[in-house]
Amino acid sequence: MAKQNLVVIGNGMVGHKFLDRMIAKGATQNWNLITFCEEPRIAYDRVNLSGFFNGKTEADLTLVEPGFYQDNGVQMYVGDRAIKIDRDHKCVTSANGITISYDKLVLATGSYPFVPPIEGKDAEGTFVYRTICDLEAIAAYAKTCRVGVVIGGGLLGLECANALKNLGLETHVVEFMPRLMPVQVDDAGGLILKREIEAIGVSVHTQKTTTKIVSENGRVHKMTFADDTELQTDMIVFSAGIRPRDDLARDCNLMIGDRGGIVINESCQTSDPDIYAIGECALHQNRIYGLVNPGYVMAGVAADNICGVDSSFDGADISTKLKLLGVDVASFGDAFAKTPGARELTISDAIQGTYKKLVVDETATTLLGGILVGDASAYGSLLQLMHNKTTLPPHPEDLLLPPRSGGENALLRVENFPDTAQICSCNNVSKSDICNAIRDNGLTDLASVKQCTKAGTGCGGCVPLVTDLFKAELKQAGIEVKNHLCQHFAYSRQELYHLVRSSVSSLEESQQIYTFDQLLQRYGQGKGCEICKPAAASILASVWNECILNPPHVGLQDTNDAFLANIQRDGTYSVVPRVPGGEITPDQLIVLGEVAKEFNLYSKITGGQRIDLFGARVDQLPHIWARLIEAGFESGHAYGKALRTVKSCVGSTWCRFGVQDSTSLAIALELRYRGLRAPHKLKSAVSGCTRECAEAQSKDFGIIATEKGWNLYICGNGGMKPQHAQLLAADLDKETLIRYIDRFLMFYIRTANRLERTATWFNKLEGGMEYLQQVIIEDSLGICAELEAEMAHQVATYDCEWKATINDSTKLQRFRHFVNSDQRDPNVIRVEERGQLRPAYEHERQLLTIGQS
Amino acid sequence: MQAITNQSTATRWITVCALNDILPNTGVCALVNDQQVAIFRVGEEDLYAIANYDPFSSAYVLSRGIVGDRNGIPKVASPVYKQNFNLATGECLDNAEVRVPTFSVRVVDQQVQVGSTQL
Ligand SMILES: Cc1cc2nc3c(=O)[nH]c(=O)nc-3n(C[C@H](O)[C@H](O)[C@H](O)COP(=O)(O)OP(=O)(O)OC[C@H]3O[C@@H](n4cnc5c(N)ncnc54)[C@H](O)[C@@H]3O)c2cc1C
Ligand code: HEM
Ligand code: SF4
Repeated sequence: MAKQNLVVIGNGMVGHKFLDRMIAKGATQNWNLITFCEEPRIAYDRVNLSGFFNGKTEADLTLVEPGFYQDNGVQMYVGDRAIKIDRDHKCVTSANGITISYDKLVLATGSYPFVPPIEGKDAEGTFVYRTICDLEAIAAYAKTCRVGVVIGGGLLGLECANALKNLGLETHVVEFMPRLMPVQVDDAGGLILKREIEAIGVSVHTQKTTTKIVSENGRVHKMTFADDTELQTDMIVFSAGIRPRDDLARDCNLMIGDRGGIVINESCQTSDPDIYAIGECALHQNRIYGLVNPGYVMAGVAADNICGVDSSFDGADISTKLKLLGVDVASFGDAFAKTPGARELTISDAIQGTYKKLVVDETATTLLGGILVGDASAYGSLLQLMHNKTTLPPHPEDLLLPPRSGGENALLRVENFPDTAQICSCNNVSKSDICNAIRDNGLTDLASVKQCTKAGTGCGGCVPLVTDLFKAELKQAGIEVKNHLCQHFAYSRQELYHLVRSSVSSLEESQQIYTFDQLLQRYGQGKGCEICKPAAASILASVWNECILNPPHVGLQDTNDAFLANIQRDGTYSVVPRVPGGEITPDQLIVLGEVAKEFNLYSKITGGQRIDLFGARVDQLPHIWARLIEAGFESGHAYGKALRTVKSCVGSTWCRFGVQDSTSLAIALELRYRGLRAPHKLKSAVSGCTRECAEAQSKDFGIIATEKGWNLYICGNGGMKPQHAQLLAADLDKETLIRYIDRFLMFYIRTANRLERTATWFNKLEGGMEYLQQVIIEDSLGICAELEAEMAHQVATYDCEWKATINDSTKLQRFRHFVNSDQRDPNVIRVEERGQLRPAYEHERQLLTIGQS
Repeated sequence: MQAITNQSTATRWITVCALNDILPNTGVCALVNDQQVAIFRVGEEDLYAIANYDPFSSAYVLSRGIVGDRNGIPKVASPVYKQNFNLATGECLDNAEVRVPTFSVRVVDQQVQVGSTQL
């Protein structure tokens, strides 16, 4: 049988979903899929359109995997609008003059923003907010503006106001009705919302009817209102509602609703059974759905019907949860208590800025709907209670308040939802869909769950629920989210740290854990490996601070630590002496130069404001260090998971901008924390003013001078995944600063995973910066005294590892290449480049060895 | 099997160092007939010898790796890119196609000896 033509007009969110459904059903076997896409780009995520202003790109927003349409043979007409439907001949004509016949036609034309017929509405400087093109135009124009007004205080209007504010404009919202979000929120909720939004710096004008838009020099200048007031502005965005794009359907005499919208039945067919309408252009039981999920449901129903599967559209839930200008707002079910006998229960807290309303049935046993403003964390769970008609507890208000007895409210726990509960309403994903995906595919991380089920990839409102479900599911399956260090220890690094740390206070010395063997005997199995040995060595060093080359420890160290130097690709090492704060005297520079010359070392300035000498053989290391130590240098710990450097700028000592002496502070900090071993390396920097020449905000802890003291930033990172450090505390005096750093570092050392930098550790920390501030500043865990004492012990027991080594002949034994010969490794071959030596590359090495033989 | 044949035929034992020159659970490198041999002391007693050459980094460094076990198999991890080698067989545990040579080794009178079949 020849394939039939299926034409889709509109490639927006719903048009795409429809094609996606058809392809998933294998319908390309029987159908040629053809689509007209008016916009210059194929379907993208309109729901997250505002993300465009927060740096999301077109590629981030697209809904279509690259190549998806091509691979499935979908014929695309991008940038081409359908302009005529000829029902008699069953064909569609486009603006570019293409005519294509159809066997079935699907209208997914969406809607257009309604612009009220105000005088001056077409002036330069007026916009709507619907497409990427609109946003590009707004962003370009806003550059020349100071003030922006949004007409319309609904859901979209507030989102648009947020965007204008982010573009740096003084922003106003003008709403014709007496309250914001008139469709979703009641008067009391609207009032709280207004107050919260004004607190963020957006002016809200309700009950204002705009009468005229006045231009000056061809640009919008001000608007006047029915109450004779006026408002000056440079640009205006209309967000006064949407209207279905039903003109094509109208022109070919399909049935249209009185107030617009293409009438459809429960199969999503229009009055012509060969033509379907889905999404925002469709009118179902006299209702238009301005949300994406009902459109997605329609897309599925239409695809089913065209493929001969029976399914129907029975209306959809229009519950919503949003974060508007940073304020949570949710509205669900019968929010206005229109059900006969419905009763309302409200809790309004003007201090916290929250408003919560539940609508329950006559007997107060089932939930019918509700409104949440300011704190919508209970939204997902309440929605479930409503959909599943769960019997409410005796005091329904408990659902809105913190638990009475300190326990959690069991009804709101995702484990207790029925399997059919819809968790993600954007993509219609049920609890059992998610659980099955986790079980069947053995998923062990949240990202895979989202990718596999699509849950949480729409508006994102359900992500907390998905996360809870994921955790509960893993726990139930007995797949503990395992954090064992390796096969030799069934403990995480944190747990091992704790075991070692708590053994310190054991009264019996035999119970104290000094060595890896003791740790392995008590808590591990086997012989250990390259994962647990260095981790244990680091823990033992953080707790006891014994020289890492003492006999019981030396075998635990990675080769860098074992030889107190950094191994290079030819098996030789580099030497980095400590240069605290990057301050170095001419005499010290001369010594470094002399040593480099004598041992023929390649010299380079590091990124950490010190000097790296490369190419030292194992046997040379002690001789090099003997010279360096004599000249007053110390180990720089460049080889260790330890404090590396505290970089600095010259600060107020030289710089005309400096407000504090950043160099002296950097030196003091580097000397305080030198040698401190941690789960991973630690870097720091101190800048003398906000110009930040030392780049302190890319460090594990960075300090920036202020007029009043020091700002402390923590958990930044450079390297592979740069991340800005965040402010922990501002304007500290030096003593407090050091106290906070002590606590921070020790808390990190206690709780981080093996090889976890502070930035990664921070990103996983529940409660984020607020939590850290509580722990470090307010001592919420009551451990600060301990942390400080631990650090004091570290500082007091610091010893230069190289000094300890060159003074110990048994330790020096190891520093030779052969145990039975004084020969050197004959395979180290060097070539000269720019006046210094470097290891030969493989091809050079071959040439050189041929030359020798 | 191999080791036994070697011993019974032409093995020459070369003393390289005292047992105490190798700290428990570490390795050293010995020069034996111009070959670099990495000798490891696992626990107090057990000795293993494999080539010092790390085929992944092309550097002579295996003696400086961390000693341990994987599923009970004694092994060393290369200090450069961390591939693991079975100390008894020289097999690379992370890449079945790679194997480094092994040597026989023993302790006589607290002296470590490496067996050599070369004459
Ligand atoms: C800023 C913003 C925020 C939103 N936030 C949310 C939210 O948080 N939650 C939510 O559920 N919904 C939200 N929505 C609504 C949601 O985006 C829409 O419900 C959804 O996009 C409707 O899909 P659709 O395919 O019906 O229409 P559209 O996505 O508008 O797609 C219709 C497409 O058809 C094209 N078209 C029209 N006529 C023709 C023609 N004759 N020929 C060819 N092409 C044609 C149009 O150009 C358009 O590309 C938001 C909308 C906006 C603008
Ligand atoms: C195996 C490869 C690498 C080795 C052996 C190495 C080694 C080092 C060493 C020893 C230092 C410290 C210098 C000092 O203490 O003065 C250092 C500093 C630094 N490294 Fe690397 N590095 C490597 C790869 C990288 C990579 C890939 C990046 C970036 C993506 C990087 C970025 C830096 C930076 C920014 C510093 C300076 C740190 C500071 O300013 O505090 N390094 N590196
Ligand atoms: S950070 Fe400030 S004080 Fe330091 S060098 Fe730069 S401008 Fe000068």
